[in-house]
Amino acid sequence: MSLITIILKMCEGLGKTCAIFFLTLLFSLPLGMVISLLRMSKNKIISKITQFAVSVLRGTPLMLQLLAVTYGPYYLFGVSVSRNKLIPVVIAFAINYAAYFSEIYRGGIESISVGQYEAATILGYSKAQTFIRIILPQVVRRILPSVTNEIVTLVKDTSIAFTVSYQEMFTIGKQIANSQTSFTPFLVAGVFYYIFNALVGFVMGIVEKSMSYYKQ
Amino acid sequence: MNVLKMTDIKKSFGGNEVLKGISFHVDKGEVVSIIGTSGGGKSTLLRCATLLETIDDGTISYMGEDVTYYDQNGKLCYAKDLNHFKKFFGLVFQNFNLFPHFSVLKNVMDAPVTVQGRDKAEVKEECMKLLNKMGLGDKADAYPFELSGGQQQRVSIVRALAMKPDILFFDEPTSALDPELTGEVLKVIKALADEKMTMVIVTHEMAFAKAVSDRVVFIDGGIIAEEGAPEEVFGNTKNERTKQFLQSYND
Repeated sequence: MSLITIILKMCEGLGKTCAIFFLTLLFSLPLGMVISLLRMSKNKIISKITQFAVSVLRGTPLMLQLLAVTYGPYYLFGVSVSRNKLIPVVIAFAINYAAYFSEIYRGGIESISVGQYEAATILGYSKAQTFIRIILPQVVRRILPSVTNEIVTLVKDTSIAFTVSYQEMFTIGKQIANSQTSFTPFLVAGVFYYIFNALVGFVMGIVEKSMSYYKQ
Repeated sequence: MNVLKMTDIKKSFGGNEVLKGISFHVDKGEVVSIIGTSGGGKSTLLRCATLLETIDDGTISYMGEDVTYYDQNGKLCYAKDLNHFKKFFGLVFQNFNLFPHFSVLKNVMDAPVTVQGRDKAEVKEECMKLLNKMGLGDKADAYPFELSGGQQQRVSIVRALAMKPDILFFDEPTSALDPELTGEVLKVIKALADEKMTMVIVTHEMAFAKAVSDRVVFIDGGIIAEEGAPEEVFGNTKNERTKQFLQSYND
């Protein structure tokens, strides 16, 4: 099989790779905020339960979580395995990444000085107004480098979807590598991920720059 | 009428009683300075007055309206709608606490527009007037990090004034400033005093307190040790504790 054929075949899976990537971000970024707020809840029980859930999500392999979400329903309830694997893949990825994002958010929120809250309180801002107008914009600015880190990791983690045979780019590459006893598909995959992440880095660089009009 | 009236205020942190029954009032147009040693309770009193801390015992009222009351079981309660009372006062912090992501103009305009729901164009005109008055007209589009400490503090005074408070509190407004910058902030406060703005100023600037205030309150060990006209307190106090305290400033 020629290099061109390999590349073309693998490109067929790029759409699915992108689907995992964008859908995971779409769901995990806001879900992370919800988890983060639960984690910081004044209710000790809610906070502790959330803390435990996050520790499980961060402390076990994403691959295992993916297998559990995909095949768990079958073993537990006899529900047939979903034919469209994108659904369990995105569920597993979104929850896992939300756990990481939640801790990044928490770190960002807790780094904002008490004085900012006090100034807002005195001026009569409601709790929601304070969070959205005063705190969040500063948090976003501070956590952007860490979030970029996670996004870059996510690009590479999409390859884990091969464990449930979801036909994304890496899965196809692995199949070609097996059938042709060739290492070339892996090199191609490496180049694909690198280019993808170069784009991510470029975009996040622009976002970061757009927020650097002030200093803290 | 008393703009602010506090009676028999008690406040503890852990087992440490910081305010041991302080009664304090401010009349309309009055400038009151609060002086005293660090840890004596003056900042805590200010934080209780501005509702940043809750009191353990006592009563607070603004413009004759009670902020706190005792229920039928004798338990101290705060009024439900605290935002109603926040309209009455403003606070200028030691560390300015400007919003770093807002320009100077947005810092002073945002609360009147979003919190008070006032007309944007009208608020902008008022705020520009205030900024010009404070010599900050050319800084409207600057961000806080581009300003000196003295300029930042003046912006934070404008931010408080833009809310049209009935009383303005200052918590050591010059303590975070280099000595050469304190003058410009004190001048602004003096100008407000001349306009009969009702103010309470916690300060370590004794000469300033003497020059600007109608009344000086010396807080020591959680109680008001002495209170009176500046000439009495600074001039010829009979109070031993006040003498000692002022002596330590003259050294």
